[in-house]
Amino acid sequence: MVNGEKERVSLLFMKALVSRGSVDAVSQQMASHPQYLESFLRTQHYILHMDGPLPLPYRHYIAIMAAARHHCNYLVYLHSAQFLRVGGDPVWLQGLEAAPPRLRLLDHINKVLAHQPWLTACSHIQALLKAGEQCWSLAELVQAVVILAHCHSLCSFVFGCDTDSDPASLSKSPNGTPPTFCPFDAANGNANVPQTLATPSEHITRRRSLDSSCDMVCLKEKIQKSQEEREKREERLLQTQGLQQTDMEEEEEMICFADPTRFITDPDLCYQEFARREEDHFQVFRVQDYSWEDHGFSLVNRLYSDIGHLLDDRFRSVTTLPSMHSPDLKRAIWNYIHCVLGIRYDDYDYGEVNQLLERDLKLYIKSVACFPDATKTPVCPLSLAPLKPSEQIHVNLLIMEARLQAELLYALRAITQYMIA
Amino acid sequence: MEKMSRVTTALGSSAISGRTMFCHLDAPANAISVCRDASQVVVAGRNIFKIYALEEDQFVEKLNLRVGRKPSLNFSCADVMWHQMEENLLATAATNGAVVTWNLGKPSRNKQDQLFTEHKRTVNKVCFHPTEVYMLLSGSQDGFMKCFDLRKKESVSTFSGQSESVRDVQFSMKDYFTFAASFENGNVQLWDIRRPDRYERMFTAHTGPVFCCDWHPDDRGWLATGGRDKMVKVWDMTTNRAKEIFCVQTIASVARVKWRPEKKFHLATCSMMVDHNIYVWDVRRPFIPFATFEEHKDVTTGIVWRHQHDPHFLLSGSKDSTLYQHMFKDATRPVDKANPEGLCFGLFGDLAFAAKESLISSDSNRKPYPGGDRRYPIFFFKKPDQTEQFAHVSSALSVFETDLDSNCMDWFVKTAQLYLLCGKPFAELCDHNAKVARELKRPQVSTTWTMLRIMFSDPANLTPGPNHPLSKLGTLPLMNSFNMKEMNSGMGAESRLERSKGESRQDNSHLEPGNSLISNNNEDNEETEGSDGQAEYMFGDAELDDDDLYSMEHDNQTEEQEYTLPQEAFQLRHEIMDNPSAPEHLQQDKADSPHVSGNEAEVTCLTPIESFSLISISQPLFTPQLPASFFCPIVREMLSYYAEKGDVQMAVSVLIVLGERIRKEIDDLTQEHWYTSYIDLLQRFELWNVSNEVIKLSTCSAITCLNQTSTTLHINCSNCKRPMSNRGWICDRCHQCASVCAVCHHVVKGLFVWCQGCNHGGHLEHIRNWLKSSAHCPAGCGHLCEYT
Repeated sequence: MVNGEKERVSLLFMKALVSRGSVDAVSQQMASHPQYLESFLRTQHYILHMDGPLPLPYRHYIAIMAAARHHCNYLVYLHSAQFLRVGGDPVWLQGLEAAPPRLRLLDHINKVLAHQPWLTACSHIQALLKAGEQCWSLAELVQAVVILAHCHSLCSFVFGCDTDSDPASLSKSPNGTPPTFCPFDAANGNANVPQTLATPSEHITRRRSLDSSCDMVCLKEKIQKSQEEREKREERLLQTQGLQQTDMEEEEEMICFADPTRFITDPDLCYQEFARREEDHFQVFRVQDYSWEDHGFSLVNRLYSDIGHLLDDRFRSVTTLPSMHSPDLKRAIWNYIHCVLGIRYDDYDYGEVNQLLERDLKLYIKSVACFPDATKTPVCPLSLAPLKPSEQIHVNLLIMEARLQAELLYALRAITQYMIA
Repeated sequence: MEKMSRVTTALGSSAISGRTMFCHLDAPANAISVCRDASQVVVAGRNIFKIYALEEDQFVEKLNLRVGRKPSLNFSCADVMWHQMEENLLATAATNGAVVTWNLGKPSRNKQDQLFTEHKRTVNKVCFHPTEVYMLLSGSQDGFMKCFDLRKKESVSTFSGQSESVRDVQFSMKDYFTFAASFENGNVQLWDIRRPDRYERMFTAHTGPVFCCDWHPDDRGWLATGGRDKMVKVWDMTTNRAKEIFCVQTIASVARVKWRPEKKFHLATCSMMVDHNIYVWDVRRPFIPFATFEEHKDVTTGIVWRHQHDPHFLLSGSKDSTLYQHMFKDATRPVDKANPEGLCFGLFGDLAFAAKESLISSDSNRKPYPGGDRRYPIFFFKKPDQTEQFAHVSSALSVFETDLDSNCMDWFVKTAQLYLLCGKPFAELCDHNAKVARELKRPQVSTTWTMLRIMFSDPANLTPGPNHPLSKLGTLPLMNSFNMKEMNSGMGAESRLERSKGESRQDNSHLEPGNSLISNNNEDNEETEGSDGQAEYMFGDAELDDDDLYSMEHDNQTEEQEYTLPQEAFQLRHEIMDNPSAPEHLQQDKADSPHVSGNEAEVTCLTPIESFSLISISQPLFTPQLPASFFCPIVREMLSYYAEKGDVQMAVSVLIVLGERIRKEIDDLTQEHWYTSYIDLLQRFELWNVSNEVIKLSTCSAITCLNQTSTTLHINCSNCKRPMSNRGWICDRCHQCASVCAVCHHVVKGLFVWCQGCNHGGHLEHIRNWLKSSAHCPAGCGHLCEYT
């Protein structure tokens, strides 16, 4: 990787460290694509921490709800901690029933968007906006929807990058404290100061995750050791589903570590094959009739200012990422994901998908996009042997963004319909 | 008349007539187009492709071009255009990337003529050449524009924008070879149809996609563009660089823009999202639409003027599956509902007010403005000939010039400079400030100061008794000894200070009776204070205080007492008074000589006080006094009143002068707010010294820390001109001693003073001594240095 890019990454990480006190594993995974990482972090920062109609604890709680839909321990944990940090009421973390009714109302649209976004309908929006004590404002709802979609798709990424499915690694987790939440030890210097000597056991674990983790080769070159160490541990955190077994020193962390199922209802609902049947009243979503560039952007930007530009930037940067893939392949992946979510492009020959994407890759994409849930039995082995690690990250990014856009399109179309009605 | 005749000639014998009308379509429309003679309109969309005849009072479906049991995506149209020369020829842009031409003259049911499937992505726009029958241009999502010769099976040339998707292509109405293309990334390109290798010109018109563009039908240089950034811009393309000549801000992204025929400055727009209306703008008046059509229930997707020389009929298709013909006379005129009043402040306090002429003239008892009322009535008369003009609003504009004197801020500057905020006894400060205000002709402020003095001063003041001088004389020596004792016993400087303040209060209060000794002392004080203030240039405040304390206490102890008035003393005193359980002697004491009692209250354990206070027991009791805290709410209100009124200067000055007396009554945030406003004002008037003083005297931590910021001084080596990083006196690079004292020629470590004029300097002491004897620079440069 070029020197400039390296610096760009460390600058981004520094920024993240300064503002958040940690660089989460996700960002580190994305570090192989600095220009994408930049817009990703900017969006995430904006929707979770900057000006917006929703109070900060609400935002993190919504993120928890979204991540819980896919049983993403990592994100649930992350946002639980942030939820408490911004002054959220710890009682809410006991489960959805403990949350305010306004947030509970979101559960339905959360469910639908996460698993079967094509079911999102005007009526859902109407139910939320219906005047009453617990009603949402349009601006709040849009922000909530953006957070939901962002977190759902991020679940896909987290799941997709968690390639080490070796069950043995689950049991042994030598270091229980999840490092993401230990505020980065700023007193010891910044991320650029290499830490000396890792303990032998850490060496072993590092090697293991180096082998397995998709991005480590690149990461190793550009991120300093201290970050690596933490990432290693974070990786383990990702792999470790059984966090309960680990020792938690702090009360807060105990609370943080909440079982995702508390935050969801109807846990059996999951993705179903989108099939267009004649009798089916779910029409295929035609991008030519409702596209992000023409319609989604204008609406979302009007109701939640500036988010349109940030998301636009994300979509743009993911499509222009330098990669081994040909533009055709990228488009095939993108359109395939949209296709399984019920979005069709008039100007695309879906035969190309079958030509360009091998069966393995298709299975991989589909399971990451639609079943990013480690607690369920995977539909397919999650290995992409022929792909280079950074390429796999790239595929995961594509999946994430395509899914994000799909969910946003469905939600925004429903809001548009509501506004017209 | 001339225009009318032209219209009729253009329209030919069959003049257009009609009314506002609509018809339901089966499906949402994406685009519409009319044929040349304005008798038929084609509507195209994903699931619709029909031709309607425009009759007198209704639309009549003439032809459904969408044939076949399961029409292919070729029928799914993103755009449609009817040829303006050949009335049987249509072209559509299909969402699947096909460009299709249709020949209405075909005998079969399927009128499809040619099919070009060269574009890889959705085709956003097709455009026939205005005069050339067989030339068709297309612009697609894949970033290419293609020119087709309809006599051939393939495109004749391909233009690559090297940008993102093409959103619109338009042949110039006047230049045969030129066409404009607008792009998703905000660019607009101009191409010569003969040169497919490179665009002639490119400029960025909008941020975000440019959804549409339209050439002015008459003026060859004008191009209107509309974008997602909610703007419509008109560009003059005749100059070297495309120049934006008009800009209209709409409320939603602009999907289509069409110049209105026969009206040079009018154009129609519709939006892609949220806003369902069609607006007609006069680009010269960009703030309010000239006319609005509000019929559609969903976004308008296509607008077209029915005839290219008739400005009165507009056709529109919409996603709500309706096709409308709008009569211009039926349009809503937002200007009628607009509020024609306007109000604005000028830079120098002038006030401009525009209102309907009728409104103003009817208001007969309007008084002339005292500060010199000048009215500049401005009339906007439009030719009242037809309804085609902006509503004929004549408004009168009045400009009120504020009196320069009343507006000038001299009083502020003077007040800021002359006010005394500290350094004297409270009552004197008040009197002084009252005098300053009076001289500046601000009686209210002046009175306020006087009242403050009365409210918060020692009540002894008000009733000067004959035994005052006596008690004073008696107390003085005692105090001295007492202070000394205290020092010896190791009490903190603060309590000493407070104590001495109590004294000073007494002194001041007895000034009027005319104790010459004391008043002399006070005068001395003033002088020394002044000089101290100036001498501060090198010392920290704390240092100075200490010096004063130790050096001056002996000759006149009254001096430094006045530095910080011990407001606490008074409040405490009153607390005690309220408290019945307080020891007897204390109360008595307080009643007798309030100035001392404060000290007592603070250090009741100290026996010397008691003995001292007993001395003045002979004084009469002041029974009917109100505690100073009684006034606090009033003063607080008064301060807020001044601050609200904009005289934050008064609020802050009183706040500082009253100090502890009032500070607790006002919440910190408000105080901080006042301080910052006042400091800001002072700095705007470049009253740096005053602002500094205010910062110093403020008690808000947020304010005082202003003085602590950017106190770093970076020095460059005088030899190598590099910044000196480590130590101030030796350069790391050239290893030369940088700062040498001009007097003793030794390296200066520590305080270094230098002349800003000649840059020579040295040890503070040396320079100071040198300048006592000589006015010139010690370095011999001949500069007349001035050290103040």
